[in-house]
Amino acid sequence: MAQADTSLLVDKFKSSCMHGIIETRVFRGEVTHVVRRESIGDICNFLKTNPEFNMDYLVDVLGADYYGETPRFEVVYHLYSIRKKQRIRLKLRVDEGESVPSITPVYAGADWPEREVYDMFGIVFEGHPDLRRIYLAGDWEGHPLRKDYPLRGYRDKYNPYGEDKPE
Amino acid sequence: MNERDDIIATQGITIHMGPQHPSTHGVLHLVLDLQGEKIVRAEPDIGYLHRGTEKIAENLLYHQFVPYTDRLDYMCAMSNNLAYVQAVEKLLGIEITERAKHIRVIAAELSRIAGHLMAIGAWALDLGAMSILLYAVREREIVLDIFEMLCGARMTLSYLRVGGVRYDFTDGCKEACEKMLEILPGRISEYERILLGNRVWVDRNRGVGVISAEEAINLGLSGPALRASGVKWDIRKDEPYLIYDRFDFDVPVGTNGDCFDRYVIRIEEIKQSMRIIRQALRDLPEGPFNVDMPELVPPPKPDVYNNMENLIHHFKYVSHGFKVPKGEVYSSIEAPKGELGVYIVSDGSEKPYRLKLRVPSFHNLQTVRHMSKGMYLADVVAIISSLDPVFGECDK
Repeated sequence: MAQADTSLLVDKFKSSCMHGIIETRVFRGEVTHVVRRESIGDICNFLKTNPEFNMDYLVDVLGADYYGETPRFEVVYHLYSIRKKQRIRLKLRVDEGESVPSITPVYAGADWPEREVYDMFGIVFEGHPDLRRIYLAGDWEGHPLRKDYPLRGYRDKYNPYGEDKPE
Repeated sequence: MNERDDIIATQGITIHMGPQHPSTHGVLHLVLDLQGEKIVRAEPDIGYLHRGTEKIAENLLYHQFVPYTDRLDYMCAMSNNLAYVQAVEKLLGIEITERAKHIRVIAAELSRIAGHLMAIGAWALDLGAMSILLYAVREREIVLDIFEMLCGARMTLSYLRVGGVRYDFTDGCKEACEKMLEILPGRISEYERILLGNRVWVDRNRGVGVISAEEAINLGLSGPALRASGVKWDIRKDEPYLIYDRFDFDVPVGTNGDCFDRYVIRIEEIKQSMRIIRQALRDLPEGPFNVDMPELVPPPKPDVYNNMENLIHHFKYVSHGFKVPKGEVYSSIEAPKGELGVYIVSDGSEKPYRLKLRVPSFHNLQTVRHMSKGMYLADVVAIISSLDPVFGECDK
């Protein structure tokens, strides 16, 4: 894969959204910006509408659990520009009990991915139109992709091989 | 308007379609709010096939996860293998051999043909043209026979592995591919004659489930369905991986964004895939089909039985796996259904810390709500088929 010129995605973006960016990394040609939680909506809106970036396609929203660290979770956004053919990754850090602003007003396609993150990690997206579990049943307990959720699940009447729930 | 008309025309009703329904391509559950026969709101409910693939991946060695990817989009397992091994290779920072690249292109395009044939066959069956399914499965059989010759499996292939492919592409496989390239064009035009000559089939697709390019992009649609709306975006062309930039092929684009265009795009993509396979077969170089890195590639199986060192090597590979540098990558391919991406966070150990699959069926299904608004109940069947969701992939 060709190494893309990352100056636009790194330097230009940094000077445009200075206050929102905490950290920037480039690994294997991929640009990652760690941004402030409250500015994610504005940054997405800027990236989508600015003609130089033109990030019109939301590829995915996902969560990651760094158990033992504070803040505990990361929410990762992958954006792509169909016209400019460039990708960018935004990240924000969030702790247990905190919520993240939903980007559904900017990208309507964030609806299901944000529900998936809520389902798997229990991260709440503020302003999401219909935040419910998407894969698991509505009465499911716990969030399976958290690192402290056992691989075998919790013991109940459907899962006799699961682990006992800690008190 | 008499009293009777009033009752028939305005009665609102909510029906549940699926999860056990022959036209929902697996276990899709749709909650449909109807006004008479028109859709007011269609709400897909997914997750009936959720197996926690991402959680499983966090507890497996990198090479142990390849067979799990077969079970995502089980209609075209090669593409899933490719997306995963490519992401791991990107993280490792290795380059595979020329021969392996060619073999991978052939494998991925064969699986695209198999996937699209199944999509069109099932779609026609859903709309009442049963013979097409039988023909499509007959042709799919040719492709599956090639897979069997290649790796011994027909559906869950696990053929690609980190560092290359599992077995060499033999002359027999090459002949079988060439034979397929001779047979298939005639059969494809036969489908076109049957389907385009069938007024019922054409009318049930044309103008149904229309979505504009702007809405499709905003909702995250990708693959043939997005191209049918007139967006020329194909990852094989726009961000070429493997050696797609060396081959001459076209990206078909639709204009209306309806079900009919999505059908035309798929037929055209089968033809383009055949073009790519023909060129890849022609250019297929001699040489090794795996990288020369013993930590990534186990010894050939016959040697394991006869040689102590190879037995130890095999044992180390299977039981310990290999370490991957710390970091995070996202790598995506143009799978038959759209953008299939794999995001891996590595903590430097033998197992991925976090693995996220960006599966096209999941994102594409979001648009059902939008496409089916104001359509008739029977049109929902055409719309779902035109998106070609596979629930092994959608529900992960």
